[in-house]
Amino acid sequence: MEQALQERQRQIYRKGEQPFQLDCDKQSASGSVSQRACVFCGSRVVLYPIADAIHIVHGPIGCAAYTWDIRGSLSSGPELHRLSFSTDLREMDVVMGGEKKLYAALIELIENYKPNAAFVYATCIVGIIGDDVDAICKRVNQEKGIPVLPVHSEGFKGTKKDGYTAACDAMFQLVGTAPVDDVPPISINILGDFNLAGEIWIIREYFEKMGVHVVSTITGDARVRDIQRSHGAALNLVQCSGSMSHLAKSMKERWGIPLKRVSYFGIEDMAQALYDTAEFFQDAAVKERTAALVHQELSGLLPQLDKYKNDLRGKSAAIYVGGAFKAFSLVRALRSLGMTTALVGSQTGNRDDYEQLREICDEGTIIVDDSNPLELASFLEEKNVDLFIGGVKERPIAYKLGVGFCDHNHERKEALAGFKGMLNFAREVHGTVMSPVWKLTPRQSRQKAKECAA
Amino acid sequence: MSTFPILQKKMPPANFVATRNACKLCTPLGAVLAFRGVEGALPFLHGSQGCATYMRRYIISHFREPMDIAASNISEASTVFGGIETFRQGIHNVQSQYHPALIGIATTCLTETIGEDMNLLLNRLQQGDNADVLPILVPVSTPSYSGSHIDGFHGAVLSLVTSLSEDDGRTRTQVNLFPGMVSPADLRYLKEIMEDFGLPIALLPDYSETLDGPSLTEYRKIPAGGTPIASIRATGSARCSIEFGHTLRLEKTAAAYLEKTWRVPAHRLGMPIGAHETDAFFAELEQIAGCETPQKHALERGRLIDAYVDGHKYVFGKRAIVYGEEDFVIGMVAFLAEIGVIPVLAASGGESGHFAEAIAEVAPDLFGQITVHEGMDFLSMEEAARNLKADFVLGNSKGYTLSRHLQLPLVRVGFPIHDRFGGHRTLHLGYRGAQMLFDHIVNTLLEKKQDDSSIGYSYL
Repeated sequence: MEQALQERQRQIYRKGEQPFQLDCDKQSASGSVSQRACVFCGSRVVLYPIADAIHIVHGPIGCAAYTWDIRGSLSSGPELHRLSFSTDLREMDVVMGGEKKLYAALIELIENYKPNAAFVYATCIVGIIGDDVDAICKRVNQEKGIPVLPVHSEGFKGTKKDGYTAACDAMFQLVGTAPVDDVPPISINILGDFNLAGEIWIIREYFEKMGVHVVSTITGDARVRDIQRSHGAALNLVQCSGSMSHLAKSMKERWGIPLKRVSYFGIEDMAQALYDTAEFFQDAAVKERTAALVHQELSGLLPQLDKYKNDLRGKSAAIYVGGAFKAFSLVRALRSLGMTTALVGSQTGNRDDYEQLREICDEGTIIVDDSNPLELASFLEEKNVDLFIGGVKERPIAYKLGVGFCDHNHERKEALAGFKGMLNFAREVHGTVMSPVWKLTPRQSRQKAKECAA
Repeated sequence: MSTFPILQKKMPPANFVATRNACKLCTPLGAVLAFRGVEGALPFLHGSQGCATYMRRYIISHFREPMDIAASNISEASTVFGGIETFRQGIHNVQSQYHPALIGIATTCLTETIGEDMNLLLNRLQQGDNADVLPILVPVSTPSYSGSHIDGFHGAVLSLVTSLSEDDGRTRTQVNLFPGMVSPADLRYLKEIMEDFGLPIALLPDYSETLDGPSLTEYRKIPAGGTPIASIRATGSARCSIEFGHTLRLEKTAAAYLEKTWRVPAHRLGMPIGAHETDAFFAELEQIAGCETPQKHALERGRLIDAYVDGHKYVFGKRAIVYGEEDFVIGMVAFLAEIGVIPVLAASGGESGHFAEAIAEVAPDLFGQITVHEGMDFLSMEEAARNLKADFVLGNSKGYTLSRHLQLPLVRVGFPIHDRFGGHRTLHLGYRGAQMLFDHIVNTLLEKKQDDSSIGYSYL
């Protein structure tokens, strides 16, 4: 296989071939084509779905243009999050400073769009030219009477994870600023689901059927007021732990709210999330309703999965996603479809994540941190997989090599969470793996010829 | 611009300080796209990691092809101490992984603002230990606070020519063709036309294969295709250059540079969109090649005019909103004008200062009927369009929200097309492109009429 960059060799691990050791949490090597983005991306991706706030990107136009209405995060009400606002800084602003422009932009946007809050994202050059974003936000907050929150997301100041932290810090300023008298004791916040294709509505319905009140969903279909009263919930359920752990930990420290890590992808993880929640509240009625709900959902789902499973049994997959939490669920979800995982990696996993991945993966599985197109292509060639699960940037690598692909990233418009999502997932995997077009691709035909010769 | 009353720079209530739903992208995006069109080249961004990742995603979503862009992944420390070590390491890593023949290096707002001196960085590299094994390094300055993606595109082309062109004293046979930002289908068609005229060309850039390649047996680090580096070198000893774009600033283009430096005559034309602008292009080719337009293309023109006649009543007097890069829009306006459609709003996020003037030149008969906006964003466009009683919208997929709100059909052209399949195979240029555009527009209008009708005629 292709030799990886020297400074990256310790970020690749093959289970069974070497003692477990995997470097992670490192800055990407200069000159590598990392699949990661930047601090700004981390912040933007977390706060994006807050639908009744305006999101204004303070900087030149690119950062705003590339993040305009790209995610499938749905809102049941206002849709301010789908608009792209930028101070669109020009050369003169860079020389003279962009504070005046930011102030004027905020005032006019707040007056025109009447949001319940405004998030102001500082991009790379804002830190360099020395704009005092905090001061502007404070001033506008005082003048307009809504929270105006600076997000310190200068792209170069760390990694995407630092962007998550900056976003959580901005949101934490909201938490605890609205009354919670009407919040019932059996109540939760759902953290780390972004309501892609309406996923949070699927999950929320489960909890409501169980008799668990949902105070806020952060940040899928989120409202500023719900975040402000989220400290009233009894429990924080944290999915996508990479992005939301910081907020959950802050809430634990400040408000004493316990947190549980969950995932809503795949049958096992989804059921586990519901059972864990029921267990937490120690309420017989809730437990009973939970068992009934899971039973009902599974009896509808399992027979339908069987027809896909028959075709997919024995096929193998590669997974490369943003956060490692999703990778665990995907390994298990694929297993429930009879498939194996030959490669699994993430952009931002930590040591614990990779350790856990190693435990659940089969011998010979490659585990990789912060990979790049050349490595991923060589892994696909080496492992000869039938499916690649990733995002838009991974898709052409799979397709060029005649490998099926399932989009499991923020841009997707297909609900893959919950029991219902598992069926969509199976359908999508089946639709790509079983397509007859692969027979025409040169790589697959060559493979076929080789097999025949052997 | 006051001499052109069709220009209205700002219209109430679109007088926002903030840019709302931009109709432009940042400068380095154009540069990396152009660098992708050079054989064996890898685009490299000197800046933070997110820029490369965002641009890759944006470009991949349109072309559905791998688009590797390396980045120096500048960290906080490098912004304080300067990026030389990070940069050196970055180039070294790209070299050892991709073995490129050329690295096209675009700066970003970050590196420009911290005052990174690219010439100094490159000099240091070229005087270092491994200088003899370095690939060709072509830098272009693309701060995203100056201009938009189209400026980055032309800037990269100019940098390539400035860095590589030479006069090797050979017979001047090659024709340089700088088409601007067009589709892979357009590039393939331009090559076909030039070949039919018997003219050897340097088409720069040429991403017709690098961004629209075949299915592979083995992954290619750098996709096949692109303008050969030898052809770029030979641009200095070419017979002439042809450059598309009415708004291009004379001193800042590849053709102008070659004319000034190597006395290669420059021919500047509009983007050949529609019959009139294509006629101008073919007339130029006839002159250069010294022969008549080959029969194949003459017939294509004949069929186009025949189609215009057959379909003229469906489109006459219809009103269109058209937007995109300035020169692309100018071409589209020329085309719409010649088929009887009134482009009631022609808008661009670009700000060349020559947009309105050029539109007045290509559509003189529509004087006073077109509203032209430079530096416009999509929300301002939507607000302006509310009173314009348009019939359809013509532009890239980012105008979908606008078309949906205005309940108008969107005819998708240009870049990017993120909500349909095969956008990069759309042909815009020449007689053939005009034919496709015309069919598409007529059918869009027919479909709308049919769908809106309570009768539902199946024979139109």
